[in-house]
Amino acid sequence: MIQNVFSGSKRYWAILAAWAVLVAVGAAAYSVQFTDGLTVTGMSRDVSWGLYIAQFTFMVGIAASAVMVVLPYYLHDYKAFGRTVILGEFLAVSAVLVCMLFIFVDMGQPRRIVNVFLHPRPSSPMFWDSVVLFGYLILNLVIATVTIEAERQEAPPPRWVRPLIYLSIPWAVSIHTVTAFLYAGLGARPFWMTAILAPRFLASAFASGPSLLILLALIVRRFGGFDVGHKAVRTLATIVTYAMVINVFFVLVELFTALYSAIPHDVDTFAYLFTGLEGHSALTAWTWVGDGLAVVCTVLLVVPAVRRQERFLVPLCAGVIMALWIEKGLALVVAGFIPSPLGMVTEYAPTVPEVLITVGVYAVGGFVLTALYKVVLSVRGRLQSA
Amino acid sequence: MSDRPRIVAGLGLFLVLAAYPVWSALASTGDPSPPVLARAQDSAGCVEDTLYMAAHHADVLNAWRTSVVRDGERFYTSTAGRQWEMSLTGTCLQCHDDSQAFCERCHTYAQVELTCWGCHVAPEGQGAEP
Amino acid sequence: MSASRRRFLKELGCITLGAGAGIPLLDPDLTPWAPYPQGEGADAAAGTRQWAMVVDTEKCLRPEVRAACVEACNREHNVPRIPDAEEEVHWIWSEPYEHVLPDQVHAHTAPELKDAPVLVLCNHCTEPACVKVCPTGATWKRESDGIVMMDMHRCIGCRYCMAACPYGSRSFNWRDPRPWVETEANGKPVSDYPTRTKGVVEKCTFCAERLRTGRPPACVEAANLVPGGEGALVFGDVSDPESEVSRVLREKNTVCRRVGLGTGPNVFYVVPTAVPTAAGEGRA
Repeated sequence: MIQNVFSGSKRYWAILAAWAVLVAVGAAAYSVQFTDGLTVTGMSRDVSWGLYIAQFTFMVGIAASAVMVVLPYYLHDYKAFGRTVILGEFLAVSAVLVCMLFIFVDMGQPRRIVNVFLHPRPSSPMFWDSVVLFGYLILNLVIATVTIEAERQEAPPPRWVRPLIYLSIPWAVSIHTVTAFLYAGLGARPFWMTAILAPRFLASAFASGPSLLILLALIVRRFGGFDVGHKAVRTLATIVTYAMVINVFFVLVELFTALYSAIPHDVDTFAYLFTGLEGHSALTAWTWVGDGLAVVCTVLLVVPAVRRQERFLVPLCAGVIMALWIEKGLALVVAGFIPSPLGMVTEYAPTVPEVLITVGVYAVGGFVLTALYKVVLSVRGRLQSA
Repeated sequence: MSDRPRIVAGLGLFLVLAAYPVWSALASTGDPSPPVLARAQDSAGCVEDTLYMAAHHADVLNAWRTSVVRDGERFYTSTAGRQWEMSLTGTCLQCHDDSQAFCERCHTYAQVELTCWGCHVAPEGQGAEP
Repeated sequence: MSASRRRFLKELGCITLGAGAGIPLLDPDLTPWAPYPQGEGADAAAGTRQWAMVVDTEKCLRPEVRAACVEACNREHNVPRIPDAEEEVHWIWSEPYEHVLPDQVHAHTAPELKDAPVLVLCNHCTEPACVKVCPTGATWKRESDGIVMMDMHRCIGCRYCMAACPYGSRSFNWRDPRPWVETEANGKPVSDYPTRTKGVVEKCTFCAERLRTGRPPACVEAANLVPGGEGALVFGDVSDPESEVSRVLREKNTVCRRVGLGTGPNVFYVVPTAVPTAAGEGRA
């Protein structure tokens, strides 16, 4: 099964080569960061987490979203997802890998990262996040490879994989809940310390993940001859719509609590994001664009006639991913540090090395995803032609 | 088998890469014999005997650090019954006061990276390298 | 793949996983390699002491007092002077009153009080948020003396503690600090204290290395040497009712920072009895 990765069309090798080039660029930038330290990034004493941790947060959501196809198919026998589940599981695998890499490149002393496992501290959500992410990676790898191998042999999957699949459902929810708990328990950061943060994370995960899955499914249909079926795409689109409605609702709820109470330390960060604070407004344009895009996409997705047409679905899904990336992958983490505990507004902008390393990490995910999807295409292709 | 040349070439490359420590050490211009170090200043001897310290000084320092920083203990009684303050700067470096003449020579010979002086102040003003 | 080759790979994977699960056994804290005994003697303060500090904000309004404290700490611990304001490293420094004690400031607080410089440092909290979140135990609260300590060897530089600290007391080494450490004429750092490396977090440790030998923290000692600065910083064991710190806390009106968060800081501030006559100098 794995040897399918090593044989493919010219286009396949070209895609892998393109990812590899980006990985190499990222690796070169990382070697500079490894030598000089994190000073090459735009982070500061006040904004001590930046692009890397924000991308990690966003990608944990993508990884968790596999549950949105696994649950209907395995728990509720929703046959329409029969060909989508494997795509979702392999997407989860590459997403978790990307998450771990983002943590790694953010470390000040990456050579010591094993300390998290050598000296475990159960009081730390970060320790638990490492544990559940590792577990989720292994879980999805095992489930996906066992099920695709079973399919290749045109036999039902072994019975022992069923409990693992059932386990992966709450586990997927847990990885994003624990990631939310990284932020939501910190009294020092009122912008993050809200009970609705974990639900918000899950809602945005279940909107952005299936959106990405729709786009990937359409790509493999167009270029790989593997069709998940129109019903699957439509159901995924419905999931995205509901999740986006809930997501927009959650944001409005947050805005109400902060703005109506008018408590300064609750208002300040929202003010920074929407209007700027003390003359600093680097994120306001992003915020308005992101939130505007979210509302527009949600409203359009709600209309069934629009949602059912794939030519509209593609830009809408891209818009959803963009909007949620701005919300999680840019605004949330950075704005949590503004203002600082000493009341200062220090802005953050990523530097060129930081962006290159980020691109390189994403390219690793793209590389792995391409290889894994190639396995799916080859196995399915052989079955279809047989 | 048409794959044989590729397999043989791959195995050969692997052997060359795996033997890197051997041929890079042979190719280096350093002294092939282990250094003979001058005795440190305190003729009464080190914390433990020389052979033990040569093999285990890193473990001793790690254990000392844990005792001092985490357990709040200050003193160590050696097997010879002598009491020492557990401190790299305050105890060890008082006698071994030249990192170039003492530490670097064995570590260069053994090709074991010395990361101490990135933080700890190397004695005799050496080691400003990070 | 043939069935036997696949089985071999599976078994290899399982063996690797199993062996990898044994990695924690390499922790020297678990398996002491040295056959010789570890450090002996009971912990010097086997009881639970809690070091604490009272800052007299009025005495610390004097720039020479604050400068002496900051200088003494920076020299004692080889704290680097990073030129880039966003990457500064602070162990003890000054911030305006309205940012240090925002709950004591309202719309009609006099501007001279709002701007008055106040010394800030790690509060060595009783319930430290930073300790809760550290994934490796590189920072922890010592039971023997209540100091929230740093182990520079274990810190992985994840900066979670910096996100969790409600007081902004922690600094990260974004770059190698050595070039910015003050040196003597011969190029050696002014103190023998390890300078830290890039990629680790640092903060005030209440001069644990000085307390170990019975000396007060550097800032406390320095303040007492400045004329007019005697008693600007009072240091002692707050769990001992007879200590000077406990006496000051009984006699004076003190507050601590962000007390509503429940972290239980052990650095207390004697509130100014009147609005300062001259505007403070801002940060030291």
